[in-house]
Amino acid sequence: MKVLVTGAGSLLLGGVAQRLAERGDEVVCFQRRVSETPHQNITMFAGDIRDRGSVTEAAVGCDAIIHGAARVGVMGSWEDFYSTNVDGTINILRAATEHRISKLVYVSTPSVAHVGHAIEGDVATPATTGRKHAHYAESKAQAEILALLANSAELGVVAIRPHLVWGPGDTQLVGRIVERARQGRLVMVGSGHALVDSTYIDNAVSAHIAALDAVAPGSRCAGKAYVISNGEPRTVNELMSRICLAAGVEFLPKHIPAVIARNIGSVLERVWPLIRKDEPPITRFVAEQLGTAHWFDQRPAQEDLNWQPAVSLDEGFSRLTQWFATQ
Amino acid sequence: MSAPSAQLLGEIGIHPSWSHIVEVPSHDGKIHRWHYLDRPGLSNDLPTVLCLHGNPTWSFLWSRLFTELNEKFRVVAPDHLSMGFSEQVGPRRYRDRVADINDFVNALGMSGPIWLVAQDWGGAIAMGYAVAHPERVAGLVLSNTGIAVPVGRKAPRLIQISASGGLHRTITRHTSLFVRGTAYLPGAGLTRQQRQGLVAPYVRRDQRDGVAGFVADVPFNEKHQTFADLAEVAAQLPSLRVPVRLWWGAKDPVFNDDFADDLMKRFTDVQIQRVANSGHLAVIETSIAPFLESAISQSQSVEQQVFEAQGPEESLWSRIMNPSRKNTLAIHDGADQSSVTFSELDSRVATFAQALVQRGVEAGERVAVLVPPSIDLIALVYACWRIGAVTVIADRGLGLNGLGSAVKSSRVQHVVGIRSAVIAARTLRWAPRASLIDLKSLQKSMQLEGLKQLGRPEPKDDAMAAILFTSGATGPAKGVRYTHRQLGAQRDILQCVYNITDADSFVAAFAPFALFGPALGITTGLADMDVTSPATLTAKALDDACRATQATMVFASPAALVNVLKTASSNANSLHQVRLVMSAGAPVPIETLRHMQKLCPQAEMHTPYGMTEVLPVADLSLQQREDVGEGLGVCVGRAVDGCNVKVVAIDGGISELPIGETGEIVVSARWMSLGYNRLWLNQQNARFESDGFTWHRTGDVGHIDGDGNLWIEGRVVHMIHTADGSMTPVPIEVACEKISGVKRAAAVGIGDKGVQQLVMVLETDQAKENPALDQLAARVREALAGLDVVAIWETKKLPVDIRHNSKIDRTALAQKMQKVLSGRSR
Repeated sequence: MKVLVTGAGSLLLGGVAQRLAERGDEVVCFQRRVSETPHQNITMFAGDIRDRGSVTEAAVGCDAIIHGAARVGVMGSWEDFYSTNVDGTINILRAATEHRISKLVYVSTPSVAHVGHAIEGDVATPATTGRKHAHYAESKAQAEILALLANSAELGVVAIRPHLVWGPGDTQLVGRIVERARQGRLVMVGSGHALVDSTYIDNAVSAHIAALDAVAPGSRCAGKAYVISNGEPRTVNELMSRICLAAGVEFLPKHIPAVIARNIGSVLERVWPLIRKDEPPITRFVAEQLGTAHWFDQRPAQEDLNWQPAVSLDEGFSRLTQWFATQ
Repeated sequence: MSAPSAQLLGEIGIHPSWSHIVEVPSHDGKIHRWHYLDRPGLSNDLPTVLCLHGNPTWSFLWSRLFTELNEKFRVVAPDHLSMGFSEQVGPRRYRDRVADINDFVNALGMSGPIWLVAQDWGGAIAMGYAVAHPERVAGLVLSNTGIAVPVGRKAPRLIQISASGGLHRTITRHTSLFVRGTAYLPGAGLTRQQRQGLVAPYVRRDQRDGVAGFVADVPFNEKHQTFADLAEVAAQLPSLRVPVRLWWGAKDPVFNDDFADDLMKRFTDVQIQRVANSGHLAVIETSIAPFLESAISQSQSVEQQVFEAQGPEESLWSRIMNPSRKNTLAIHDGADQSSVTFSELDSRVATFAQALVQRGVEAGERVAVLVPPSIDLIALVYACWRIGAVTVIADRGLGLNGLGSAVKSSRVQHVVGIRSAVIAARTLRWAPRASLIDLKSLQKSMQLEGLKQLGRPEPKDDAMAAILFTSGATGPAKGVRYTHRQLGAQRDILQCVYNITDADSFVAAFAPFALFGPALGITTGLADMDVTSPATLTAKALDDACRATQATMVFASPAALVNVLKTASSNANSLHQVRLVMSAGAPVPIETLRHMQKLCPQAEMHTPYGMTEVLPVADLSLQQREDVGEGLGVCVGRAVDGCNVKVVAIDGGISELPIGETGEIVVSARWMSLGYNRLWLNQQNARFESDGFTWHRTGDVGHIDGDGNLWIEGRVVHMIHTADGSMTPVPIEVACEKISGVKRAAAVGIGDKGVQQLVMVLETDQAKENPALDQLAARVREALAGLDVVAIWETKKLPVDIRHNSKIDRTALAQKMQKVLSGRSR
C-alpha cells in the first residue's frame, strides 16, 4: 500500500510513517521542510498543505492518506489557522477524490468536542463549532466535520482523536511539565484529583495504523470519530508526578483553584499573542482539561478499529525513565 | 397560549418532536386547542400510557417518564385546558375535565387499551375517566392523589390556605407562590432543570388563571358542586376490575399516607410502593418507569408460598404454657436483676393480652412495640401474637429517624411503649392517628393466671404476626412481613441447627433473638447493656448474665463480642460452661472468634448467614471456617437443612448456574418471610417462582464451591462493571486487607455500568482523606495485578451502617469518589 502522510514532522506522525515503512508500506511524507529520509520505503515530498497543487501532486499513486498536518498552539490569527487546518483539509479531500483514493485517516483532537464539563466514560461526541477565541480547536473541528462529511461510497474517512499523547521525545506534554517542574513553576489546577485519559506515544501510533487498515468505504468505522487512549485513566496528580519521577525532577506543584485558572487562561489566550511570541503558560482549554475528569469509553474504538493499546502505563513510564537516563 | 418553543423544550430536556398541538372538538360544543407530549412506541400491541398531571404542573411533570420508559410503549401526556400550553378557556369544573379527557382521547384516535398514570388532581380526573370508560382502561398508576378527604382527617392545610377566599388569588394567581412553592415541596428535591421546566408556562400572571381555577375547584364542603361529582366517582371505584398501583411519595404534606390508605380501601386489586425519600412530586423526583413497566407486565403479586402446609403448627406461645416447666426460670434481665418463671411469664402475657383487647386492639391490626429489651417487651410481643395483632418491631439500632420512618411506613393502628417512646411517637407524628397505650397502664390491668384463661380465638397459622425491619444499610429500612407459620418454622430451624433442648438456656445480646427464647421454651438471659449500641456489652455483664441463667449458649453481635474481648478478665468463669456461641448480624472477623474461643473453651463458635427476609440460610462453625481456608470471597458455610440455595445470573436470572460460577444468591425456605410491606416493586423484584418454590433474591453475589460451601463476594448493587467485565468487591478487598497498615478496604466502581473504573479506598491510620502515598499505592496495584486500579485513596473511616457498624456503604462511597475524581471536590 502506498500511503501519503502529512504532518510527519511531529512525533506522532513521524512515528506513524516509520512504522508503516517498517512493515513494508510505501510512504510519502509531505512536509514543509524535508530532511533526509529515515527509511528506504519513505519518500520525502516538500510542499505546503495550503497549496492545492503540491498536495495533489504528492498524492499521485497513493492508496491512502493519513492527514495530520496542522497548525497548533494558540499563537496566530484565525486566518492562519483556517488556511492550514481547514483549507489544508479541503485540499486533501480534493486530492483524494481526484486520485480515487479510498482511505483517509484524519488526525483530530479531543478538543473538537470539548464541552467544558467532566466527561466520564462517554464515547466521542460530534465536533462542535462556534468558539470565538480557541482558533486551534475551532479550525480542527470545522476540518473534522468536513472530512467526515466527505465519507462516501468511494472514500472511507475516519477521525482519530488521541487523548493526551506522551512518551520519550515528546516536547508538548512531557517537555513542558518537566521544564516547569525544573524551574519550580509547575502549576496544578484545582485539586489535581480529576481522572484523565492519556495515551502512550506507541499506542497512539498503532491506533492510527489500525484506523488506516480498518477504514474503507462502508466499513464500520467509516464516517465516525474516535477518542483513543491507553484506557487507564489516572488522576492529573498521578500522571504529572510520574512524569516528573521519570525525569528525576521533584514534583512540587503550586495549586491554583480551577475557577481562577480558567479565568486567567481565558484572559491570557487573548492578551498573550499581542505581547509575546511564545505560548502562554496556561489557556482556558488547558485549565478545563486539568481541572475536570476526561476519560472515555474505549470499547467502540477498540472494537471498530480492531486495536488494543500494546504498551501499558507502567511500561510506558519505565520506557520514559530509561529515555531520560540517556538524555 | 402558543406552543412552547423548541428552544425552551431543549433547555428543559423535552425532545421537540414530542410536543404537539391538536384541535379537539369538545363536549361543550366548541373546539379547543390542546398542547400535549406524545412519544411513539416501537410496538403496536401494547397498551398506550396516558399521563394526567395535576395542579399547578403541566405535561412536563412526565418528562422523566418520557425519557426513561421502555421505548416499546407509546406515552401521551396532555396539558389540561387552561393549564400548561393548552388553550385558556376560563374556569373549568372537575366534571368537565373528566369529559375533556374523553374528548382528547377520541381526537387522538386512541383505540387500544390505556394505562392511566396520574398525579395530584390528575389522579381524581383519571379515576373519573376510568369509571366512565372502564372498557378502555387496562390499569391505573396513581401517585400522591385522592378522591376524597380520608375519614378523620381535615382537608390538606396547604390547599385550604391557597383556596381560602382572601388569599386565594394572591397565592395562586397574582404571585407565583403556589407555582414555585410546588417545586420546593419536601421530597427528594428537583434539579434546577426540573424546577425550571415545571414553572415554564406559569411565569406571567395571566398564565396562572388555570392554576387559580383549579384550586378554586377543590371542594372543602358538601355545598361545593364538585363535591357531589367526586363522591359519585368514589362510589363507583370498587367496581373497577383493573389493577391499580400506587406510587406514593411519603413526604407529601398534602396527599400523605392517609390518602394512600383511603385509596387502598377503594379498589379490589391494589398494591402500593411507598417511596420513603420522595414527596408530592414522586413521579419526577424518583424514577417511576420501572414501577410502571412492572405494573403493566405483571398484575399479580408474587407472594404465595408454594410450601405445603404441614398440619397445624405449634403456636409460638405454647411452650410458655408447658406445665412441666412451670417453675423453671423463663427470663432473667441483667439490667435490673428481675426474673420470671414460665408460669409467671404465662400470667404476664395473658394479662397484657387481655388488657390490649380491652384497649381496642383487634386481630390483624398493627401494633408498634416501643419498649427496650426487657421481660415486659417479650411478654408484650407474645401477648400481641396471641390475640392476632401484628407486631411492628423496629429496634433503636436504626437510629431515631430510622425508627420513626419504620413506624410511619407500617401505618400502625396502635403504639404501645414506655412513656418517653409514646410521647416521641405523638410529638414526632410517627403515627398521628394511632391509639397510644402506655406500658404502665397495661401493667396495672387485672391479672390473669395464664393464657388458658384468655377466652380469645387463636390466630390462624397464615395470619400475619410481625413486621421486622432490614438494617437499611442501603437506603431506607424496609419492612418485612412474617406470618405465625413462618416464625414458627424459624424457631424450629434454629432449634434444629443448634440442637437446642430443654437442658439449654441462653443469653441474648442481640435483640431479635431474645424474642425466640420463650417460643423455644428455654431460659433467656438479657445482658446488662445499652441495646442501641452493641459495643457496650462488657465481659462482666455477659458473665453475670450467664451465671444467673446457667447459660449454655450465647447469642451476640460481632461488635458486642469485640467489646467483650476488650474488657475480658480472668474471672469470667461462667463462660467456661457455654457450649455454643452464635454471632450474627454482620460479617464476623475470624480473629474475634479465635479469641472468643479462648474465653469459652467448651464452646463451638457459629456464624449463621441470612438476612431479615430469610434467616438462617447457612451456618458455619469456627472449625469449619479454619478448615475451608481462603477462597474467592467470604465463606458462610453450607445451607442449613430445609433451605434451598442456588446461584443465578445477576441480571434477574432464575435458573441455576454451574458449581463455582458467580451470580446472585437466591434462597427458599419454609421460614422465609411473606415479603415486603407496602413496597410492591421491591416485592416484584425480590421474589420469583421456579421449580415449584417461591425464591427470594438476596441481593448478595457469590458462588457455591464443590463442597457445597457458599461464598459471598459482595452485594449485587456493589458490583463493578468495567469495560473488561464485571467483578465483585469482596475478593478484591480481601486481597488488599493483607497489606500491612490497611485495616479495611473498599472496592468501588465509578462511572456508568459497563465502563466503570475501579477505585480502592483504604482505611488506614491516615488522619486526612488523601490519595494513597506512592508506596502504598504500588503495593495495592501489586496485590491486584491484572486489574486496573485508577485511583487509590486513604481514609480514617469508611462509611458504615448504624446498626452493625460494619457493613460498608459502597454506594455512598462510590458517589463520593466519583465526585472527587471528577475534579469537582477535594
